[in-house]
Amino acid sequence: MRTAKKLVSALALGSVAVLSGCGGGTPAASDTDIELRMTVWTSNEDQLALFDSIADAYKADHPEIKSITFESLPFEEYNTTLTTQIAGGNSPDLAWMGDLSADLIDSGALVPLTEPLEATEGWEYDDLVPSVTAEFTKDGELYAYPFSNSPFGLYVNTDLLEEAGQTLPAEPTWDDVSAVGAAVHAATDKGGFVVNDFNYSSWNTLATVWTGFGASAWNEDGTECGFDTPEMAQAFQFLHDAAFVDESMPGPGTTADFFAGDAAFAVAQVSRAGNLDDSFAYDIHPLPQGPVGSYSVIGQAGMGVLQSSAHVEQATDFLAFLTNPENAAQLAQYFPPPRQSLLTGEALAANNTKFTAEQLQTVVVDQIAGAVTLPNHTSPAEIAQKAKTALDAMWVEDADVPAVLATVCDSIDPLLAK
Amino acid sequence: MSDTRHATRGASTDAPRGRGAPRRRPFWTLGRTDALTGYLFIAPQLLGVIVFVLFPVGLAIWYSLNEWNIFTGDMTFVGGANYEAALNDPQLPSVLGATAVFSGGVVVLNIALGLVLAVMLNRRFKGVTLFRTLFFSPVVVSVVAWTLVWGFLLQDNGGINGALAQIGVDGPNWLQSGPTAMIAVTFTQVVRSVGINMVLFLAALQGVPGELYEAARLDGASSRKVFTRITLPLISPTLMLTAVITIVGALQSFAQIAVLTEGGPGLSTTVLVFYVFQQAFSFNDIGYGSTLALMLLTFVMVLTILQWQLRRKWVFYED
Repeated sequence: MRTAKKLVSALALGSVAVLSGCGGGTPAASDTDIELRMTVWTSNEDQLALFDSIADAYKADHPEIKSITFESLPFEEYNTTLTTQIAGGNSPDLAWMGDLSADLIDSGALVPLTEPLEATEGWEYDDLVPSVTAEFTKDGELYAYPFSNSPFGLYVNTDLLEEAGQTLPAEPTWDDVSAVGAAVHAATDKGGFVVNDFNYSSWNTLATVWTGFGASAWNEDGTECGFDTPEMAQAFQFLHDAAFVDESMPGPGTTADFFAGDAAFAVAQVSRAGNLDDSFAYDIHPLPQGPVGSYSVIGQAGMGVLQSSAHVEQATDFLAFLTNPENAAQLAQYFPPPRQSLLTGEALAANNTKFTAEQLQTVVVDQIAGAVTLPNHTSPAEIAQKAKTALDAMWVEDADVPAVLATVCDSIDPLLAK
Repeated sequence: MSDTRHATRGASTDAPRGRGAPRRRPFWTLGRTDALTGYLFIAPQLLGVIVFVLFPVGLAIWYSLNEWNIFTGDMTFVGGANYEAALNDPQLPSVLGATAVFSGGVVVLNIALGLVLAVMLNRRFKGVTLFRTLFFSPVVVSVVAWTLVWGFLLQDNGGINGALAQIGVDGPNWLQSGPTAMIAVTFTQVVRSVGINMVLFLAALQGVPGELYEAARLDGASSRKVFTRITLPLISPTLMLTAVITIVGALQSFAQIAVLTEGGPGLSTTVLVFYVFQQAFSFNDIGYGSTLALMLLTFVMVLTILQWQLRRKWVFYED
């Protein structure tokens, strides 16, 4: 019956694909023959080896667990693949999650974690930094462990600045960055500043800019659009001028990869430092100051247990082991941790060859406590598409900035009201 | 079974016809045997159609009448709500408009260019095989790889504008404005798939009897008359076939849109099949996605039936 249900679900999904021209799960085993599977979006061999080693240690003490698999899915299709697996009756037991977390939590698809983690001996629940658990908490209940909390920083190609005869103040503002970026562009024909992954499409990454202007995509409970505020208009006017007037930001349809040496500055997560290959001299700063002064933004990823797992209890127990203080310390070499005890510059520098302990203290440790996260809401893909469709009108030379922002609110208001 | 059949047949031919003996009609008549053979021959195809077409269509109809929470598996019957949502969807008119422009552009350009190329390459000259191979080669390239390369070429600082700059032309930012983005996706689709039509037309052109051309020339027919009165009518069945294939292919074009423009700017290149994918697999609204998929299926069916019905009017061998 269960298999038949899975088959029907899988065929149902397939039917949409067949019609539109696009295009087994782990059976319930005995309690001594359990296979756990976690979907992840990393394909980094070192990271996967670390996960495997932690899983091996867990299996050694739990003979009932036959295997623990970390299934690497492509990042671009991660959400689609995960939801398709869930809908097709082939749900993983555990999963990494980014902007899908709000939907998963809201629909009750995740297992509550507060009680099991608090009950695990030596787990030290109070060690979690409150600011990083908010994203994965609903009604006081934690639904995912925020294993990666990577602040955005300002990467600087100091070779390009030197070539253009430019220097950056110790605590730069966005105006400084734009002025120096424009000068570098004029002198070297390279890009000024880029917001990594934005590409005039993924607008949520612009929260790294507009937060400095006092704007936010929506209010705290996600019910009111924030795009039509004067602060947001000021932030987008700055970006529009940077692209079309000052030319300090590469315009739409132009590529400039900071990590290939094609731009003076990049706003990117600290975890992207692995892309630096020492082909040019670099530095990193906290995000530039905006009209509201200093601020910080983090991008988060969580890991949780799915209610649709056939082994919820065992999967939850493994998650508690994977994220206990000892293993969290191991994971911290790749992912900025959510534990206060692990958040020191020295601790992070022990496994980081790109930055000094001082830089990591300034750009990572000092930023996490007061950071805001990238915009996240239920129906993230639909909101992203609707807002992107409206914002496309922004990226032309004679755009009416406030008018375009008003259309963004018109587009997403019905979704925020859901 | 066969013994019985033979025995029955034997009895019917050899035994004397007694007045009172009732005549037994054999079950396995020739007609029934032929019918069974026919059904057995089409069984694999029929099975495929049932499993991969009719069953999914049936499920899609069922899902279009439901709202499915993909995360929890809860299914709620909503009747015609998804169809009502389609009628009130403010984005759908733009999507249908973009679909019509894209499909129309692809069909017209693809058939016209395919025919022109086929006529040009239906001659004997040095290097004709090379040209035929060149024009056909995009067909065998992966559509995603093909589109990714064009994505780089069409950037503001990409190869196309670089080449235009060499001849003093300031090229547009192709993928950043609605009209040029539509031209770009249509062009990449046509260039990639025109080879198929070209080959089909070539085969058809080579099937036109040479004596008809000779007779026409002897009668003093101009090249244009020869083409419109002899060539076109005689290749009209192929024209019909390519029209059907191209329309269906254009309505199913997905990767080009997803990779090149993601449906933008705005909704200018969001065609129906891409919209279906967004609704069903990005927004996880399987019910509404199924509704739109059925709409797409209806369009394809209506267009194909329409062409099939109209074939008597313009296909040479169908009168």
